[in-house]
Amino acid sequence: MMTSDLAKLMMVASLALPGIAIANGEAKFGFQTPQTPVAHQIYDLHLIVLGIGVAIALVVFLFMFYAILRHRRSLGHQASQFSDNKALTIVWTAIPLLIVVGMAFPATRTVVAMKNTSSPDMTVKVTGYQWKWRYDYLGENVSFYSDLSTPRDQIENRAQKGENYLLEVDNPLVVPVGKKVRILVTANDVIHSWWVPAFGVKQDAIPGFVRDSWFEVDTPGIYRGQCAELCGKEHGFMPIVVEALPEEQYKTWLAEQRTKNKVVAAAASAAAEKTYTLDELKTEGEKVYGRNCVACHQANGQGVPGAFPALAHGPITTGPIAGHVDIVMNGSKKNPAMAAWKGQLSDIELAAVITYERNAFGNTMGDMVQPKEIAAAAK
Amino acid sequence: MSTPLTLADDAEHMDHPTGLLRWLTATNHKDIGTLYLFFSFTMFLVGGTMALIIRAELFQPGLQIVQPELFNELTSLHGLIMLFGAFMPAFVGFANWQIPMMIGAPDMAFPRLNNFSFWLLPPAAMLLVSSFFVPGGATAAGWTLYPPLSVQMGPGMDMAIFAIHILGVSSIIGSINIITTILNMRAPGMTLMKMPMFVWGWLVTAYMLILVMPVLAGAVTMLLTDRHFGTHFFNAAGGGDPVMFQHIFWFFGHPEVYILILPGFGIISEVIPAFARKPLFGYRSMVFAMCAIGLISCLVWAHHMFTVGMPVAGQLWFMYASLLVAVPTGVKVFNWTATMWKGSLSFETPMLFAVGFIFVFVMGGVTGVILAIAPVDIQMQDTYYVVAHFHYVMVAGSLFAMFAGAYYWLPKWTGHMYDETLGRWHFWLSMIFFNLTFFVMHFLGLAGMPRRIPDYPLQFADFNMIASIGAFGFGLTQLLFLYIVIKCIRGGEKAPAKVWDGATGLEWTLPSPPPHHTFETPPVIA
Repeated sequence: MMTSDLAKLMMVASLALPGIAIANGEAKFGFQTPQTPVAHQIYDLHLIVLGIGVAIALVVFLFMFYAILRHRRSLGHQASQFSDNKALTIVWTAIPLLIVVGMAFPATRTVVAMKNTSSPDMTVKVTGYQWKWRYDYLGENVSFYSDLSTPRDQIENRAQKGENYLLEVDNPLVVPVGKKVRILVTANDVIHSWWVPAFGVKQDAIPGFVRDSWFEVDTPGIYRGQCAELCGKEHGFMPIVVEALPEEQYKTWLAEQRTKNKVVAAAASAAAEKTYTLDELKTEGEKVYGRNCVACHQANGQGVPGAFPALAHGPITTGPIAGHVDIVMNGSKKNPAMAAWKGQLSDIELAAVITYERNAFGNTMGDMVQPKEIAAAAK
Repeated sequence: MSTPLTLADDAEHMDHPTGLLRWLTATNHKDIGTLYLFFSFTMFLVGGTMALIIRAELFQPGLQIVQPELFNELTSLHGLIMLFGAFMPAFVGFANWQIPMMIGAPDMAFPRLNNFSFWLLPPAAMLLVSSFFVPGGATAAGWTLYPPLSVQMGPGMDMAIFAIHILGVSSIIGSINIITTILNMRAPGMTLMKMPMFVWGWLVTAYMLILVMPVLAGAVTMLLTDRHFGTHFFNAAGGGDPVMFQHIFWFFGHPEVYILILPGFGIISEVIPAFARKPLFGYRSMVFAMCAIGLISCLVWAHHMFTVGMPVAGQLWFMYASLLVAVPTGVKVFNWTATMWKGSLSFETPMLFAVGFIFVFVMGGVTGVILAIAPVDIQMQDTYYVVAHFHYVMVAGSLFAMFAGAYYWLPKWTGHMYDETLGRWHFWLSMIFFNLTFFVMHFLGLAGMPRRIPDYPLQFADFNMIASIGAFGFGLTQLLFLYIVIKCIRGGEKAPAKVWDGATGLEWTLPSPPPHHTFETPPVIA
């Protein structure tokens, strides 16, 4: 606990100095209030290092400004001609060396603590997608995507921005408080980074590799963060929201999810069996398009010239339907920005969105694809 | 048939072309230096304009001026253009003008190569700038070009890769030229340990460039083959590793930071003694510190990657090594302060910028030490705290050092005194607007604002607005510098040979402006 006392001392010291409001616990000028053991350590560590750094800077500035004010030619100050002092040089090489060695000790302890992901109480796999997160509760049979829920109208200044603008999602990650939660982090397409400032956790999500980290939340609440690695166009629009619940409530939530999953799965398999009319598919497809495709291909299907192809009168959307199904399900080999949606969307969603694209934006193909056919194509 | 070289041949050298041909065929180090400096200032304005568009978009939450895709292109190209187009060529411009005059050499060792290394730059700059207009636009993967994102980009990415190749060739040629000049063409009696600090700064820098530019070229070439020729260096699905790119990139990228600051250290070490009217404190330790910084900077690259999930041993090594950089850097700052101590100080514009440099560089150094602490860095990585930190080191560090150097040598180069009043305005406006722009970014980063986002949550709104206002002030202030330089070239009070009474060094033994060819007979250093 020596670190903590030292941190308080540093905090008092630096608060006493004008302009160093950074040490204030408010998120406005400093780190967000820490909520996990690791975040507490990082918080204290930062105050110590900041305090030492500011102190050294002040000593340098003190001498520098004294010289600036007193040793001026305009005051008639004569220059003395000394140009070296071995003892002084040794002193100001050795003292900083000792200081950085001193800083390294508490930092090493925190590095080791951050990396200790052993014996967790539960494990969640976190996968970054362009541009959303997926959470799989390992061994619990619960998984879902977590998508930005801020309406487009707020982003494009057509509506008043809400309190949690850009920091709100449809399905937050829910965890129990007081439990060691291990996260396995990976990505589907490009590198993302899963970051919740209050937890002191930032772990890059690297496609093809699984990295881990952990947190144990002290108090129930909703904690918000954002993707911290440039991942393309919508990088600023894939927040992370974690809801920490008391354990009993968490268990209830988990049970609800399982029931919901069963209902959804049953509905999906029933839906997949059914044969739909063109209008039914188009209506459903428009919703799927709005959630998943609009960011690149745009609401009017015109895409972004050069970057994202137009779907209106496009060669694929107005070509043979098999090619259209293939590119939506498996992605594009030519343009890696086009994801493979097979795993991300259900058969009915895929069928609906493909049908919609062939019959919207001025496209009048009149044909459609049924969920059954999607299931067959997946085999 | 060969004829022995005669004086008549030599006289022909004097008959150099004028007009456009003078610049196209320039082999004179002073002409090439001028070309470098004007080129880099142009690119500085181009990169700066991009920064202002970025800041305009970030003035308020919501999307107003540019869409996210273009925003990412602007942040990427702002970084690439400022580093490779503005800062690196500017320091080479200083090297061209100053190194021969400071070591008593008639010119650079390879004048024609010198011409070539400059004229490689405009095509590379054109590739970068015109990539905005190809299908898909410029690369939007950040200046760090991390795959797999950079593999998703359109032809703009390939143009950036080729531009980097060309700029790399130019840097390597320039470095070879500089090293050869310094090692072989010093005036008799000027031993290595008698060289001016600016020359030392460039000697270390040139070696670092030769070490790391080929590494960058390798990294972007692997990216190119991954993009087009089916290799899988950075694709896990084919047995590669995206993180390997980051290791290779930062093996270049970290030394690059010091490449951009060591010549600046050199300039500051020239300016402070001149205006303190006192010799530089601890010349030997300054030289050793520079070499130590150069060496250690090659061993710390993965501190840019603390969040990729390195093993404990890796994190600890890179944390310890990064902290170690603080020691020689501290020595330099202490030595500059000791040089000022008990001097007879006066504060003309070069000195203002030099003292301003120390002030802001120390702040950037403190945040640098904070960022070296791995657990704290993990919290700050890819936030505005990092943006604040590296702008404190780059803009306030390198750029202020270059301004100090420009005002210091401008009377020598042009033969006229610059407008001192305007120079002081330039300093104070730069200093105030710089801090207005970048100081608040520390708070944004601490509170959790990621970098490279075109839109942000509402709690970051007020500081972003302040930063945007500061940025426009800072940008417009730099036009004042352009005006001061042009005014100084056109006329002004006649500058004496020794412009500053406290200045030492061979360049001050020459008339202002120096004749086209100088030191044809080497001076002898006692």
